[in-house]
Order: sequence, then structure tokens, then C-alpha cells
Amino acid sequence: MKITRQDVEQVALLSRLEIAGGEAEKFTGQLNAIFGYIDMLNKVDTEGVEPTAHVLPLKNVMRPDEVRASLPREEALANAPAREDGFFKVPKILEG
Amino acid sequence: MDYEIVIGLEVHTELKTRSKIFCGCSTTFGAEQNTNVCPVCLGLPGVLPVLNAKVLEFAVRTGLALNCRILPFSKFDRKNYYYPDLPKNFQTSQYDLPIAVDGHLDIEVNGEARRIGITRVHMEEDAGKLVHAGTIAKSDYALVDYNRTGVPLLEIVSEPDIRSAEEAKAYLEKLKAILQYIDVSDCKMEEGSLRCDANISLRPRGESKFGTKAELKNLNSFKAVQKGLEYEALRQEQVLGEGGKIVQETRSWDDSRGVTVSLRSKEQAHDYRYFPEPDLVPIVVDPQWIEAIRRDLPELPDARQGRLVEQYGLSGYDAGVITASRAMADYFDGLVAAGAEAKAAANWLMGEVAKHLNASGQPVEECPVTAQALAELISLVDKGTISGKIAKTVFEEMWTSGKTAAAIVQEQGLIQISDAGEMVAIVERVIAANPQSVADYRAGKERAIGFLVGQVMKETKGRANPELVNRLLREHM
Repeated sequence: MKITRQDVEQVALLSRLEIAGGEAEKFTGQLNAIFGYIDMLNKVDTEGVEPTAHVLPLKNVMRPDEVRASLPREEALANAPAREDGFFKVPKILEG
Repeated sequence: MDYEIVIGLEVHTELKTRSKIFCGCSTTFGAEQNTNVCPVCLGLPGVLPVLNAKVLEFAVRTGLALNCRILPFSKFDRKNYYYPDLPKNFQTSQYDLPIAVDGHLDIEVNGEARRIGITRVHMEEDAGKLVHAGTIAKSDYALVDYNRTGVPLLEIVSEPDIRSAEEAKAYLEKLKAILQYIDVSDCKMEEGSLRCDANISLRPRGESKFGTKAELKNLNSFKAVQKGLEYEALRQEQVLGEGGKIVQETRSWDDSRGVTVSLRSKEQAHDYRYFPEPDLVPIVVDPQWIEAIRRDLPELPDARQGRLVEQYGLSGYDAGVITASRAMADYFDGLVAAGAEAKAAANWLMGEVAKHLNASGQPVEECPVTAQALAELISLVDKGTISGKIAKTVFEEMWTSGKTAAAIVQEQGLIQISDAGEMVAIVERVIAANPQSVADYRAGKERAIGFLVGQVMKETKGRANPELVNRLLREHM
């Protein structure tokens, strides 16, 4: 798989990351090196091997439907950069 | 050109568990903002979500009720997107291995039966709620309440098998009925516990390839679903008719203006970069457990409708109206169990009871007249103690006062006069007072008797037995 500069810019946009001039080129090269390494795995014969859904040999870990105490609101909001009237306050959302 | 409408619906329904899907916070609707939150649903670092067993049970029950295949191996995935209603910046959902697939439900529109395919049913968590100060456009910030974050949801996706706005509404109504019958959700659209998005496209009739679709959001009521789809079908037809192209986009239904508007966003086409959720382990369901849930499924709307037709001789239409909600059907069964004759019970339920419930805006579960009390009233009519007309007055009084039918009849002296001796005097008086109508009747105008019956009813304040009055009038003229 070949990573293009457009791929890098697209992922950066989706991830809300700002890439300074020249960085896109650098990351494209680095990502291609990483993907090239991973590509070796594609050469392994996986015929008859179950796809891995999870790395732990566990299944069906569940809890009963019981209510437990929530956080006091003061604590829930303690790390919020801004708040108002018991709400988390966030910047304007819709643009244009 | 003649176009065919193609619609697929995505329905989200909140499950009525006590606690959230991955943590022990309460799911109570309407709590003070940000009081039902904890480190898990706030997405604080280092927490570990654990699946609520009830959510899996409800999901399997729903899958079975919708004729789906339950996947023996299922898992959760992360759906990545950035919006402040989602504190983790991803929604825990299911991607390639949902709990249930390949189902269907049957609807009937204008006498035509249609089978609508269900692509999949999957489990996921709900997002929080944004409150905007002023209008969305003008406000320069938003307030977030995370109480709803982590409330368990099922997403139920239909195949693009729906061919009209009316069918879409029928599908949604049937789906709601099934979810209520199997008791997994309250399905209150006004509280957001049932939400619907629609994909709609047009194609020339006879064409097998799909046209470009628009996704409709903000369909907050059954009426909005129908009206929004009707509008959007017309809009697309107009665009295509003028030689234009449909743009694949998300559009929002504006209920007050009755139009759909494009929601432009800087976000590129959906790219959620799903990947397996490493904090939750896979689900492997035991086939015996699935069969046990299947055995425990209650009688579903279609079967119940069939039973009412079969067992009580109701019309398919009447049985359909009564079984459209489980509470209504339970009320009907209550009436019959209390001794009411089935057809009379159906007429009362769809007539006076429905009328009063509509006027007061109450659900049938809160009907002030119980099935037992109404059955007693129906039996008073059956035995001839009171007339059908008086019974409506008595029902009115039962509704407001909560008294029994027998007590009201006793107190107000409403017992029907079925004694011929007592009636004869009144009949003779009416005949003497209305010579013109009597002459008309004798001249062969059958309709004149109706007027005279009415006069007797007026004299007796509706307490006369109409059959008796009819017979006596004919005998005395």
C-alpha cells in the first residue's frame, strides 16, 4: 500500500491536526516506510487462520444491569476548561 | 419521466435498561444536567468499559423478533469522529460483525402486503446533548450535557426496500409496535428514545441501478418522517426533471417551514476509520441461550392480529388497529377476559376509549376507565339495562368521576324502560301530539317513524328501548 501526500492531509484534517509546511512530505515518507514494513505481513500465508478480533483470549465479559453511583457534578466538571450552569461549555460548532 | 422512490431507514432506539451500556450510571431521562456521568462515560483516560448483559439480551431479543440471524461471534468497534457530544472522540459501535443480520418485517399499505428487509441490528452507545444559547447559527458557544452519553442504543437498518413515504411510516409504526411488544424500549419519539434517519433516492421506473441518495435527518415524529420524505421525493423529482443532478448530501427536515435544507459541513465524506475496540472483548453467544430467548418471545403484533381475527371474528382492519400497540391489545384482551363480547369490546375501544384518550393525550395504560369497569358497562347494554346511547353518557361520567357504571346508572335513574305498559302511555302521547308525522307514516312514508321514535326518546331522556318504541308506535298507529 502506497501512502500519498493527499492521504496524509486527509487524515490530518479528519484528526484535527495542523501540519506545518514541509511536514506533510516528511510524514508521507515516514508512513510509507512503516507501511512498507507492515506489508511484509501481507506475504504470510493466512489460509485457514481465524482473523484476530482481540489479542486477549477472553470473551463475554459482562456486568449485570445495576445502577452505581455517578460522579458528583462538581467532580465531573472539575477538569473542564469552561463551564456554565452545570454544563460543559464548548466553542461554536456549526461553521458557515 | 415516471420515477420510482427508493427509501431505506436507519432507526435508533434507546433500550430500557436501568444502567448505561458500559458503566453503572443511571439511564433516567430528564435528570439534572451532568449528574448521570462517571469516568467511563465521560471518556476519562485509563477507564475500562464493561458491557451491560441486559443490552446483549435485548439486542438478541430484538434480532429474533425481526426475523434476523444472530451472529455467533460479534464484537465492538470504534467509530471515529469529532463532535462535542462525544467526549471520547469516538463512538463505541459495531461495524463488520453486528449482533444480528438478514431479517425482515411485514407491512400493509392500502391493502397491499410488503416485506421490508432488515440489513442489520447493532449495539452502540448514545451521544450527549448539546444545548445552544440562542439559535445554533448565532450562538458562539454550546453547552453540553453528557447524561445521555452511554445510554444503550440499537441501530436497526432496513434494506432499500421501501417505495413510498407512506410505506416508510408503516414500517416505522410496525417496528415501534414490535419493540414495545418485546419490551426493550419505550419508543417515545418526543423524548428521543426512537429516532429515524432516512436515505432516499429516485430512479426511472424499471431501472435496477439506484440513483444518488440524500440522507434525511431531524425526522422527529411519524408525521415528520412521512412529510419529510414526501417533500424530498418531490424536490429530487424536480431537480432530475430539470436535467439536474442529485448531490449526495445530508439534509435536515425543517418541520416549521415544511422543507429539507442542505447541511453543509467541512467534514469530508463519511470516513469513520473504524477499528476493533480493544477495551471490549468479543461476544460469543450460546445457541441454546438464543433458543431460550426465542421461546420466551411474546406474541408479536402480526400473530396477535391474526388471533383476534381468528378467535373473535374481528375484521383484519379492526384487529390491526387494536394490535398496533401492545397496551391497546392488552386492554382489549382485558375487556374480553372480563366477559365483554369481543365485537362490542372492539367498537368501544376504537370508538369512545380512543376518542377520549386522543382528547386527553393520555396513553391507554393510563386510561381512567379500566378494562374491568368498561366490561361492566358493556354488559349493562348487553342485558338491556341501559340503552347504547345512554351508555356513552355513562362512560363520560365514569371517565371523569371514576365511579362504576352500575353506580352511575343507579344514581341518575338511567335504567332503560323496557316495560310495555309504562311505554304505551308515552307512545300514545307522542302520537297525539304529532298528527302530521302520523299521517305521513300512514301515507307510506317509512321515514316518519324515525321522527316519532326520536320524540319518544326525548320524552324519556333516552331511556326508552328503541326496539320496543318502534314496535309500539307501529301497533298504535
